[in-house]
Amino acid sequence: MLELDRLWKTYDTPKGPATIVKNFNLKLKEGEFATLIGHSGCGKSTVLMMVAGLSDLSQGNMILAGREASGPGPDRGIVFQSPCLLPWMTAFENVMLGASQVYYTASKEERRQMVEYYLTIVGLGDAMHKYPGELSQGMRQRVGIARAFVLQPKMLLLDEPFGMLDSLTRYELQEVLLELWRRNRITTLMVTHDVDEAIFLSDRVVMMTDGPEAEVGDILQIPFERPRNRKHIMEDSRYYELRERLITFLNDKSHIRPSRDPKFVPSPDMAAELATHAPNFPAAAA
Amino acid sequence: MPLIEIKGAAKGFGPPGGRTEVLKDINLAMEEGEFVVIVGYSGSGKSTLINLISGLVKPDAGVAKISGEAINGPGPDRGLVFQNYSLLPWLTVEENIALAVDEVFKDWTAAQRKEHVWKYIEMVKLKPAAHKLPKELSGGMRQRVAVARTLSMNPKVLLLDEPLSALDALTRATIQDEISEIWRQNLTTVLWITNDPDEALLLADRVIPLLPTAPATLGEPIMVDLDRPRDRKTLNHDPIFKKLRTELINTLLDAKGRMKPKTSVKLSLPDILPEDLTTVNSLQFLNRTGPRRRSDSKREEVEVVA
Repeated sequence: MLELDRLWKTYDTPKGPATIVKNFNLKLKEGEFATLIGHSGCGKSTVLMMVAGLSDLSQGNMILAGREASGPGPDRGIVFQSPCLLPWMTAFENVMLGASQVYYTASKEERRQMVEYYLTIVGLGDAMHKYPGELSQGMRQRVGIARAFVLQPKMLLLDEPFGMLDSLTRYELQEVLLELWRRNRITTLMVTHDVDEAIFLSDRVVMMTDGPEAEVGDILQIPFERPRNRKHIMEDSRYYELRERLITFLNDKSHIRPSRDPKFVPSPDMAAELATHAPNFPAAAA
Repeated sequence: MPLIEIKGAAKGFGPPGGRTEVLKDINLAMEEGEFVVIVGYSGSGKSTLINLISGLVKPDAGVAKISGEAINGPGPDRGLVFQNYSLLPWLTVEENIALAVDEVFKDWTAAQRKEHVWKYIEMVKLKPAAHKLPKELSGGMRQRVAVARTLSMNPKVLLLDEPLSALDALTRATIQDEISEIWRQNLTTVLWITNDPDEALLLADRVIPLLPTAPATLGEPIMVDLDRPRDRKTLNHDPIFKKLRTELINTLLDAKGRMKPKTSVKLSLPDILPEDLTTVNSLQFLNRTGPRRRSDSKREEVEVVA
């Protein structure tokens, strides 16, 4: 569905070019929910913004649904950390803004039904005609989620969507997101630094090494079946093992760059991903 | 006799008619030296609860007592730390702390007071930054100054209202460990308010969920019987910790779930598909009268198979 092939991101600085992301390889299957996790400033968001088309690729290829993708478009729905709603429009109008673009051939009535449907699912059935200023932070983010889903994008990109919320509101919104995602399995790439969030939501967690020159450090498959229930997952013995592996990576191993460490032994999940890429990897890093 | 005691307290705001009841039937007893954490959703009345003890608000019903005496207003026996630090921006770290010390210990000599101020600057490891202004400090350092200022008044109880919510995860972990260490050495009584269940279990002797009923009330306390000092990594494997964590999160999520009014609405989702805005070919809609539909595309597939 999405192929990222040797993605590079370089910025020019007065001291010469700074490489933020180097040789980033990843393939997502259709309907997969993948999470990028890593320390602040490691380049997670840079990768996501490149997929979104909001940031140019310095090198490398990106193929989305069989087509080379460049520039932003409604085939990729984005949810930002702060919902970025237009303050002079109601929640309904904010969501309609995109919907009226991609459904311009549909009737007005159908567009309205579309927007109302998604706003109701995210729990704003009673508040859809309020302005962003009248909504709490959590409710605004719900609008942001509805706005992305209403486009029925090929891919959903989430940039720390719950980062600004307190932990309990975050749990609620994770449920909202999963509920929508269950109805409409859109391929999703999420950036987060919350280990529990990554485990609860995703099929695969992609761990990124520290920046600059960040790359994929390790990959972990999350074996829980869907639909997921937080209670059952938290009581599952595997949950704490997975959590421990992610935390260990973030605390102790995030400085190891597989492409430069000749002694690097990929984990089974990482090896499975590497096998799908060009055979010269990791030699390409030289 | 408990150090802090609240019995049957209730509090609401607003004029009669448009009144919102925030808290009801609050019962809390804290022994000296105890570390209690209250966890609740934002907006559920946690700050109102701590303000009942600090004396910034008075209960409508019931009573709040410290050392057996009813609380009538704020005082230096209850030190308060806010989420937003509340430091005076034109005073240095040392001066901010000295302000509190000079006010509370008026009968001490200048040298005694200065020594006292420095003791607390050292306690929160801010010696190199003692002569800096708040704006020159990071969020974590500012919150350390606020903690030092509060502790320097030798309060009977330390009240912290979401002290770490504005900080990033790593700084939060460092300060959690520091405050926990300071508490172990001084055995001050601490009431800590947070919305993070993990933070609660890491720090507390006793965690009390504030249930988001309307008005909110305190739930069953959860005793945290884990050895100190507590290490995040080891806790992760600890079966008691896992059990308590699940119990606490479920209590809070269930209470919230019960609060949601269950209504059912009938919605119809049109089966329309988005138009492709990127290619010129999207003019192909001229050949059809409406949007592409999911049911159409299914029909097409069937034809291909046939």
